[in-house]
Amino acid sequence: MDNAQKEPLQSSLRVQELIYGLKISEVMTKKVFAVTRNCTMRDVQTIMKNNSITGVPVVDSRRVVGIVSMNDIMNALEKGAMDDVVTLWMVGEVQTLAEDMPLSFAISAFNKFSFRRFPVVNKKNELVGIITFRNINMALIRELSRQLREMESLHGGPPERSDSLDLVKVYQLHRYDFENGGKASSEIKKFLKERGIPPKIVRQVAVASYELEINLVAHSNGGMLSFDINADRIKISSHDRGPGIADVELAMTEGFSTANEWIRSQGFGAGMGLPNVKRVSDEFAIQSAVGMGTMVRAVINLKKEKKDEH
Amino acid sequence: MNISDIQSLAAFTCVQSEYNDAVVAGGYTSDLLSDVMAHAEEGSVLITIQAHKNTVAVASLVGLPAIIVCNNRPVLDDMIDAARAEGIAIFQTPDNQFQTSLLIAQHLAGCPAR
Repeated sequence: MDNAQKEPLQSSLRVQELIYGLKISEVMTKKVFAVTRNCTMRDVQTIMKNNSITGVPVVDSRRVVGIVSMNDIMNALEKGAMDDVVTLWMVGEVQTLAEDMPLSFAISAFNKFSFRRFPVVNKKNELVGIITFRNINMALIRELSRQLREMESLHGGPPERSDSLDLVKVYQLHRYDFENGGKASSEIKKFLKERGIPPKIVRQVAVASYELEINLVAHSNGGMLSFDINADRIKISSHDRGPGIADVELAMTEGFSTANEWIRSQGFGAGMGLPNVKRVSDEFAIQSAVGMGTMVRAVINLKKEKKDEH
Repeated sequence: MNISDIQSLAAFTCVQSEYNDAVVAGGYTSDLLSDVMAHAEEGSVLITIQAHKNTVAVASLVGLPAIIVCNNRPVLDDMIDAARAEGIAIFQTPDNQFQTSLLIAQHLAGCPAR
């Protein structure tokens, strides 16, 4: 009872996780109005007025070189400089987001920077969209409605069987809370064991989830660990609110660790966590951005090929 | 060799005796919990100086029925409570990891040196 009051409802955690699971490209506005360097402030003002927008990126062969916001227009207006080219008034060195980043990174970016919008770029660094808080709110509403519909369609269905493998569960983890790091893993381990999953697979899941739990409490500013289980596979995802990993390849190198003395005194920080997760997973993905967060996804198949069982 | 056989050896003091008396399949000596998770065989006894709750969590996840804490490192109550809940035995010894590993290995091989 106490726990239920301290922790947010499982359903609200699940919604958060769903949102975090989306990619920025699924949420952003794809129809972007942009101008080139030789356009004037008046051009931008017209674009803003005609399309009810408040920020216009400046591009040079599809690369973002600056952004003009309502504020810049006001400054130019005040100085009677509306016929100046945009490069004189725009804000350069724009913080952009990558289209394949998880949405959680965008949420962190909005918290970290005071910008109201972020241009979104593809792998070639070309402008492909723009994201505002409005996009995130819309995605939230969309996901909430979908969840509600799902709940409604489940309601009145056959009662949940206790031997069913289907499970979606989200755990919240806090920085340095070693006390609760491990709770999720042992609950999931028990769940799988009770349903007769082979010990080898249970151990793979336990190792992956425990390492991810420890990473969340030891290295992140807090985050969540979610499990999505069905008869075919177990999907474990970890999302955190930063600080992010500067060099993911280095972090994946066995033996590399940024752990402090205290973490080491807890028996961790040997630089084996992420490599361990990868080793036991059939599919593994990691994404990270400094200041925004880290996302790790590990999938362990339940229906393995026979040749794997040696 | 069973866990209860470890308890009967003079080198060890049992600090958590409410365990499931299983056969000891092997041993694993390490102070890095990630290393234990990666490499320890199920059913092994863990020989370590890492005496805290996380050690029990790792032992439980990997399926290690007993933990031997070397160099007489103190074992706190929360570790004992966690181990009791999981049915994992905890032993303490003044010996170091090398001496303890040797002793356990000899007993596992069935030729204890007295």
